Amino acid sequence: MSSAPASPARLSLPGLLRLVVRRDLMLAMRRRADVLTTLIFFVMVVSLFPLGVGPEPEMLRKMAAGVVWVAALLASMLSLGRMFMADYVDGTLEQMLLAPQSLSVLVLGKILAHWMLSGLPLVLMAPVLGLQFDMSVQALWVLIVSLLLGTPVLSMIGAVGAALTLGLRGGGVLVSLLVLPLCIPVLIFGTGAVEAVTSSTSVAPHLLLQGALLVLAAVFTPWVTAHALRISME
Amino acid sequence: MLEINNLACTRGDHLLFSGLSFSLSDGELMQVQGENGKGKTSLLRMLCGFLMPAEGEIRWRGENIRELDEEYYAEMIYLGHLNAIKDELNALENLRISAGLSGCEVDDKQALAALRHMGLRGRETLPVKVLSQGQRRRVALARLLASDARLWILDEPLTALDVGAVGLMQELIGAHLNKGGMVIFTTHQPLEVAGVETRRLTLA
Amino acid sequence: MAINWFKYSAPSTFYGLIGKLVPWFAWSSAILFTIGFYIGFFVAPTDAQQSEAYRIIFIHVPASIMSMFIYLVMAGYAALGLIFNTRLSSMMASALAPTGALFAFISLWTGALWGKPMWGTWWVWDARLTSELILLFLYLGFIALHASIDDPRRADRASALLAIIGSVNVPIIYFSVKWWNTLHQGATIKFTGTSMHAAMQQAMFIVLVACWFYAIAVALTRVRSIILERERNNQWVSELPEVRS
Repeated sequence: MSSAPASPARLSLPGLLRLVVRRDLMLAMRRRADVLTTLIFFVMVVSLFPLGVGPEPEMLRKMAAGVVWVAALLASMLSLGRMFMADYVDGTLEQMLLAPQSLSVLVLGKILAHWMLSGLPLVLMAPVLGLQFDMSVQALWVLIVSLLLGTPVLSMIGAVGAALTLGLRGGGVLVSLLVLPLCIPVLIFGTGAVEAVTSSTSVAPHLLLQGALLVLAAVFTPWVTAHALRISME
Repeated sequence: MLEINNLACTRGDHLLFSGLSFSLSDGELMQVQGENGKGKTSLLRMLCGFLMPAEGEIRWRGENIRELDEEYYAEMIYLGHLNAIKDELNALENLRISAGLSGCEVDDKQALAALRHMGLRGRETLPVKVLSQGQRRRVALARLLASDARLWILDEPLTALDVGAVGLMQELIGAHLNKGGMVIFTTHQPLEVAGVETRRLTLA
Repeated sequence: MAINWFKYSAPSTFYGLIGKLVPWFAWSSAILFTIGFYIGFFVAPTDAQQSEAYRIIFIHVPASIMSMFIYLVMAGYAALGLIFNTRLSSMMASALAPTGALFAFISLWTGALWGKPMWGTWWVWDARLTSELILLFLYLGFIALHASIDDPRRADRASALLAIIGSVNVPIIYFSVKWWNTLHQGATIKFTGTSMHAAMQQAMFIVLVACWFYAIAVALTRVRSIILERERNNQWVSELPEVRS
């Protein structure tokens, strides 16, 4: 058989990571509506708050960070169902579990892609929303940095929840129930950082703690998610 | 060599099979037979490590596949009921990505050659969603050509394939066995490979 | 059929054993509750600042301690079940969850009841009360995940993983909530009495032990029914007198 390749080259771990991220981004680009709905949901939730509590600038300024963070939390819950679902339905996930390199690295790739598609757009959108709430420029910057550090953690913790609830009836609501309580520290430090600006205390401890959470989550969650996937595929 | 010792499988409360032992050596072809619901797919999924045996063990080159883990996965390939291909991608992208996920880096030339060998000339860059069921199955089967796995685990590889493609599969399996590979499969259609005796395992 | 009887023997002997143990724990618990509450409500002196309202701590404090401790025990059992694949420990984990959730709920409820006379509101965002609320959420998540998976093995393993993640997270959550609380200078529930009277300590301790026995009795009873449900296709179950009739 002449057409079969003699011996295919082995893929390295960084190569695998790149492949998975590129694949998920490529798929998302061919199904752009999904990414946009999450973003629109985020913008809508944030814009509803002034309508609910009234337009006094003083109060809005105080609420801004909390509102943006809670909306980001909810928006990221919304997109969690998609993280493994399509791959589960069409059988790709089975093949991923048989990957000879490292399932954890593969999962990390999927988490990264998920963050780029659901977390990063929120980070980029946040300044515009912050202006709606009359935030100061400095507070806006801190909000962006805290979102940059915090939203990846949401994707990481969310991945564990998504893997545990894979293929279950009502998995979408269930995953929020499991993941939201675990995300509370991220929320607290994220809003705390912005409040530190308004109360002119030091911002650094909040951001450092968020960074610590990010490192902790990055080390453990891919491995835990890989384990959860194996449990769910049984 | 693949060895199965005293394997038992339960699904829920149900005992599907127990006390199953066999081994598969280089160049051997084994067909798993049995009526629907007798555990053919479960057996294959157990060989993949998805399902944990209720009892017994599966050994590859003398070691339990649970312990070998990724070393074992580097030497096997599994094609299930599901094609594991993405509607949004074209055949070429699908093949390169799925080969990549199973650890092999395949360039465009190799991937094109594999797809053409599977009779998909002219369909290489069409989105998979416009292909027929049989053609999608061919895209999935092209992974066999792009892989150097020793052990092939094929669950109903012939579904949706026409006579020509079935012939192609027979040829492919024959060539793999000639190279010293092993194949274990299930099918409801007759699949004979010239010059090779098919061992049959019946689950009852 | 070559079923490994050794494996099934464990739950069947355990089933009989705990059947004998449960009444002992249940009765001891009832007696200790009576003694503890008697001391707490009638013997312990009235607090100088909080008058009679403080007496709710004889329920509130043991319930809070139990809710946290049971979560750790549950996570421990779940981890055992996950690592060593022992079915009985997974069953124990899922039997403990409702009791833990109950204690978390009682702790929140009595905390609110205590808050009303102390601060004039039912709810204060006190660090401990907030953490207790999140703990209740974690329990509910565990129970919901376990309930929504049909396959018992997958249910055990998936919720075990969740319990382990939860127990790693609890200290982080507690610390962050506490920090958040100090930043906002919120109220903190403190026992304001100058020193705890000996009778108060006694009553609290006795109620705590009673809660322990109660938790054990209830969890073991629940394990018994889980065993029956999971092993319903086995011969020993069909030979049980309570099943045959």
